[in-house]
Amino acid sequence: MTEFTPYSAILGGAFLGLAALLLLVLNGRVAGISGIIRGIFTAGDGAGSWRWFFLLGLVLAPLLAPSPVELPENIRVSWWLILPAGFLVGLGSALGAGCTSGHGICGIGRLSGRSLTATLTFMATAMLVVYLIRLLMA
Amino acid sequence: MQLLISLCCGVLFGLGLMVSQMANPEKVLNFLDIGGRWDPSLLLVMASALLVYIPGYFLLVKRRTKPVAAESFYLPQKRQIDKPLLLGAVIFGSGWGLAGICPGPAVVNLSGGDVKIFAFIVLMLAGMRCSGFISRLKS
Repeated sequence: MTEFTPYSAILGGAFLGLAALLLLVLNGRVAGISGIIRGIFTAGDGAGSWRWFFLLGLVLAPLLAPSPVELPENIRVSWWLILPAGFLVGLGSALGAGCTSGHGICGIGRLSGRSLTATLTFMATAMLVVYLIRLLMA
Repeated sequence: MQLLISLCCGVLFGLGLMVSQMANPEKVLNFLDIGGRWDPSLLLVMASALLVYIPGYFLLVKRRTKPVAAESFYLPQKRQIDKPLLLGAVIFGSGWGLAGICPGPAVVNLSGGDVKIFAFIVLMLAGMRCSGFISRLKS
């Protein structure tokens, strides 16, 4: 059970939008995290290093965050869900050319029909999976 | 310069994931649980991000021929809604629904040091690798 947190959601969302926008306006790059990770292995010479720096920034964020902003203390999701989840997230984001950030923010943000379709599809699927899991566990 | 910009954008993006609590799998799972005790917070996260991104894209990016600190915009050119897109989205959605973790939050949670996150990322990289095999089989 989590509380509805409208203010932190709006503030955090604005940070996400601003970070993605700045990366595009300044560097010309799309802030799709799965694409950035994949590009490390697939991008040609020299095009990979900005990706490492962006990911480093993500890892550093929790260390730089002011005190009320924290990571969840531990991941409660069980092992038998985490492992297939990781694999499916990797496979699906690579096949579908994007994840929550790439399609959900950057793609929809350019009014891309492809990204809107992908986002609605993965959200609906995820909602169905959560429904089924909670049904099974109840 | 580009590297410094990437680093700063990464930090800001990471802070956004933390402040919005996208980095918390339980928050995500409760957002996805529309049939249960639905927590709509993440809908506001997305709306707010788009409220910044969309006007910024049309006012700043569309009017420029190249970015401020780089040679060109690297934007996806594909427009067609094809099978890999839909199949990928369904697979991605199933994984996201199982654990409530997508790639960004996974990376941000690395510094929390939880072994489960490391395992998630290793499996995620393996999944990305396998997509190459699938595409090659088809072609």
